[in-house]
Amino acid sequence: MATSQTLARERALDTSDVMRRKLYGAHLLLLPAYLWLGLFFLFPLLIIVYYSVSQAGGAGFTLEHYARLWDPLYGRILWRSFWLAVLTTAITIVLAYPFAYALARAPRRWRMFLLMLSVIPFWTNFLIRTYAWMVILRSNGLVNSVLASLGLIERPLSLLYTPGAVLLGLVYGFLPFMILPIYASIDRLEPSLLEAASDLGARPRQTFWRVTLPLTAPGIAAGVLLVFVPVLGMFVIPDLMGGAKVTLVGNLIQNQFLSARNWEFGSAASVVLMALVVIGLRIYKRFFRLEGVF
Amino acid sequence: MRHRGLRWAAGLYVALIFLFLYLPIVVLVVFSFNKSRLNAVWTGFTFDWYRQLWTDFAIWRATGNSLIVGVASAVISTAIGTMAAFALHRYSFRGKAAFESFLQLPIVIPEIVMGVSLLAFYALIDMPLGIQTVTIAHVAFNISFVAVIVRARLYAFDFTLEEAAMDLGANRRQTFFRVTLPLIAPGVAAGFLIALTLSLDDFIIAFFTAGPGATTLPMQVYSMMRFGVTPKVNALSTLILAVVIVIGVVGQFLLRARAQKEAGGRAA
Repeated sequence: MATSQTLARERALDTSDVMRRKLYGAHLLLLPAYLWLGLFFLFPLLIIVYYSVSQAGGAGFTLEHYARLWDPLYGRILWRSFWLAVLTTAITIVLAYPFAYALARAPRRWRMFLLMLSVIPFWTNFLIRTYAWMVILRSNGLVNSVLASLGLIERPLSLLYTPGAVLLGLVYGFLPFMILPIYASIDRLEPSLLEAASDLGARPRQTFWRVTLPLTAPGIAAGVLLVFVPVLGMFVIPDLMGGAKVTLVGNLIQNQFLSARNWEFGSAASVVLMALVVIGLRIYKRFFRLEGVF
Repeated sequence: MRHRGLRWAAGLYVALIFLFLYLPIVVLVVFSFNKSRLNAVWTGFTFDWYRQLWTDFAIWRATGNSLIVGVASAVISTAIGTMAAFALHRYSFRGKAAFESFLQLPIVIPEIVMGVSLLAFYALIDMPLGIQTVTIAHVAFNISFVAVIVRARLYAFDFTLEEAAMDLGANRRQTFFRVTLPLIAPGVAAGFLIALTLSLDDFIIAFFTAGPGATTLPMQVYSMMRFGVTPKVNALSTLILAVVIVIGVVGQFLLRARAQKEAGGRAA
């Protein structure tokens, strides 16, 4: 980007020969990244933005695709994706926090082992983890055959291909991304602060709400980022565990690009999803003062 | 007394979460050895599903494709990402903050958006989808991860060592290959491994950018899953799981051994 201009300006500021050579070196080192990301990342995104305001098949400019997203049918999809992401994030926080807390307070020699034990299942591909739940939940799966053999049910329950199954799959898939940052923040917590709180007369509950939780909030904030953003764009878990019933914005985009072949409308949905994520992260970062996150 | 009850409750809770984390995986592995095709009731032990995998040409080809894409994209993105990390660590220049923000974008943009935008791009320039299109896509998202990781390691790098080498008569090339590179090698290796892992693990971007002949392993798993639950998928998943766990455990072990050696060296 504007490399020569930048160089010219720098040259005016500092005429030392060394400085000039160094800057030249910086941009030379960055050149492959500029080119690759410019051509294969930024340019494709611009194409999507362009398609999203183009008339289908024609060359005219239009906002009809964005207007169509407001249609109750599609509006509901966006709304559902948002809420499912919120719900998944909330459940993972509730499940992960006490777990991470117990892990961080476990005897030292156990700690690393337990932490490693909690991430090992997630070294494998998320498709495989989703598949494992399909084996358990489907109509002739483990849960149904156990219940049937106990005589509790006569006909198999439909567990798979329901919104509940999608939620379960999402929570299972993203739980460790919440556990790890919360664990890190609890691990860093100074025990003397908790002692001080109780010495000063705080009850355990007060200490938790007024000392522990505020001090470990950055861990939760980082976890929210790692869970909420990918869940928002997820289409595979809803596809596999929700059948065709649970449509999210990810499924909408996939469908418009691969089946309906309405790329203009699919592009508009992609741009909205991207904008939600990028703007959301900016606000989020300012709010929580996260460093090193976009 | 109350304290003890609380400890019990905490232990129970931890056990329950571990049950939740491991139950699906244990079921998956156990039923990969089940005779019945329906994998709901245990009917007897068999290696049949593994034997079937062994002779399935599509799976071998998908594994090969994944390895080609993984290694190629990891090599290219490590080179580009390391150069970028170097530039960002060493120099300050106008527009640096903007470029750094831009470099983070591929990490935060939803994968599906990256997938469809590349699909649209390849269609526009009439590039047929295949191994090369997935590789290009994987490099595009890996550069950022490599740059972030290598840069984090560069903070510990002492650049006066480079100056010392040059003062002692080494030229730029010699300095780079004999002083700089060996010192930053662990960081570069970490970047390479992350890139390789992300590429082997990626399904979503490959799903949109791979052509019919370039099915990667996760894509193969996905198409088998859509076809239905069969013990063959259990067997394939078990094998992938086994490989990943072995590599992971060995990696952890090596890291720990190295850390101990370094700590020992410092103490001596």
